[in-house]
Amino acid sequence: MLFTSYEFIMFAAILFVLYYLVPKKFQWMLLLLASYVFYSFAGIRYIAYILATTLSTWLASRMIGKLKDTQAEYLEKNKETLSREEKKAYKERTKKRQRLWLVLCMVFNFGILAVLKYSGFVLQNVKSVFNVLSVKNNIPILRFALPLGISFYTFQTMGYIIDVYRDKYPYEKNVFKLALFISFFPQLIQGPISRFDDLKKTLFDEHSFDLKAISFGFQRILWGFFKKLVIADRLLPAVNTIVRNPEEYQGVFVLVGMFFYAIQLYADFTGGIDIAIGVAEIFGVRLTENFERPYFSKSITEYWRRWHITLGTWFREYMFFPISVSKSMLNLSKKCRKLFGDAIGKRIPVYIATIVVWFTTGIWHGAAWNFVVWGLLNCLVILVSQECTPLYQRFHNRFNVQHTFWYRLFQVARTFWLMSFLRTLDCYRDVPTTFRMYASVFTKWNYGKLFGGELLKLGLTVSDYIVLVLAVLLVLYVSLKSRSASFREQLAAKPFAVRYLSYFVLIVSILVFGAYGVGYDASQFIYSQF
Amino acid sequence: MDKIIEILERMHPEVDFNTCNTLIDDKIIDSFDIVTLISELSEEFDVTIPVEEIVPENFNSARAIHALIERLLEDE
Repeated sequence: MLFTSYEFIMFAAILFVLYYLVPKKFQWMLLLLASYVFYSFAGIRYIAYILATTLSTWLASRMIGKLKDTQAEYLEKNKETLSREEKKAYKERTKKRQRLWLVLCMVFNFGILAVLKYSGFVLQNVKSVFNVLSVKNNIPILRFALPLGISFYTFQTMGYIIDVYRDKYPYEKNVFKLALFISFFPQLIQGPISRFDDLKKTLFDEHSFDLKAISFGFQRILWGFFKKLVIADRLLPAVNTIVRNPEEYQGVFVLVGMFFYAIQLYADFTGGIDIAIGVAEIFGVRLTENFERPYFSKSITEYWRRWHITLGTWFREYMFFPISVSKSMLNLSKKCRKLFGDAIGKRIPVYIATIVVWFTTGIWHGAAWNFVVWGLLNCLVILVSQECTPLYQRFHNRFNVQHTFWYRLFQVARTFWLMSFLRTLDCYRDVPTTFRMYASVFTKWNYGKLFGGELLKLGLTVSDYIVLVLAVLLVLYVSLKSRSASFREQLAAKPFAVRYLSYFVLIVSILVFGAYGVGYDASQFIYSQF
Repeated sequence: MDKIIEILERMHPEVDFNTCNTLIDDKIIDSFDIVTLISELSEEFDVTIPVEEIVPENFNSARAIHALIERLLEDE
């Protein structure tokens, strides 16, 4: 059930009425029921997967928690008789058993994700290697249908079990509450990837009808609809025309495709997140923000701190740090320092962890070489810019331009185009085609075509372009206004007439300018396919 | 404490680590710096810093890092 479909609007409207009618203590149960109804729309058979993740995680977290409780009880009871060493040995034994449950749970759940999402890709590549070597083989190419949001809910759930293991918060005893945390429908399709301690503050609470929070929620939903329907879906045909006809659209059109895709993806993903956050908000639940005006970033590392924040945080907390500060990594670093010197030795943990994280980030987005190369290119740019820091510093010491408006604008534009180049790997059918298109930007000088009416052959009319320019300017305006304070709060402080006129104009623009095709079948959100 | 400040100053000579207590909150040190810092602290003080201790409260100032090291040494 797509967020922008009539079914979803009906579903959310009925749930909204019921939510504030049922006794408050049943509200979270209603959300659980609704989340499973929502999930069943994607295919009832997929419920087995999300149930398997829920039950396995509940069992493992319970075992980890019980081991901790038993340890606390034992140490309290024997605090007078046990020596410091005995206490330490007991704690280590408990930690080992807890680790076993953690590993079992992670292997099971990441195993499901790996088999469903990656087995086809791996087997395809093994088969290709055998074919190149002329080795006869009967390797089958498996293709599994992916359960809705599996990459998102698996990561969120594994974050929870790791946190329980790390003793960040106590395990959730109630399996139904854990089930709601995992399946909460607004965040199921494309995140944000929530942390249990953040989400539980509002997810299981009793909520009264709070007009301000609910109207803020509706505003956010409307804003998401506007971005998705007026901008993202309108740009879709132009992006598709360019990337699906690489022989025809080269040179300047590759740049146009990059630019359009940058806007489309931003409007699509942030629009989807706006709807998710807004829908949660009308039920009194607060989801974590996933974006912080990423296209205003001045460097690629800053961009990744501000784009898809919850995924970045997940990788940093559960992958980058555990790898880079592990005992074995620090020992390796020490050995390398002795062998190759300080400069290389101290870079080893950061380099290895960064490469692993970006390889995984790439493959998380999709089982294809395009995504692997995309991830590793991101990694390369980050590491190269890290190495160039002293060079930048010397430049800034000599030319005092760092804080000027024009230099900042240059940095923002550089980051935007660099990211747009890398992001193009999402679009073309394979890596060689993408690189051919990169090359054509510098070798095919057809920039004059831009002004020869070619832009009107991409599936967009003059009125489409006018709507797009105005809509993008509005998004830009809201982004700039949000720098100092929440735009919704600023709007709320305006007179009644201004506020309601804004809502009215927004609703009318969605209805009039939304890209509804014949029979209206809004396109999927891009991130829901990851 | 002096040793910790010395390590931090090697990484960011432009920062006054005696007074700054928003190293993480203001993004003065990033993830890469934290890894380098942990590697150097582990070697200098012969202490293991577990990954669950990597939270802003423990790395926001030289004083917080010092308190963390003292606590971990005591636990060991």
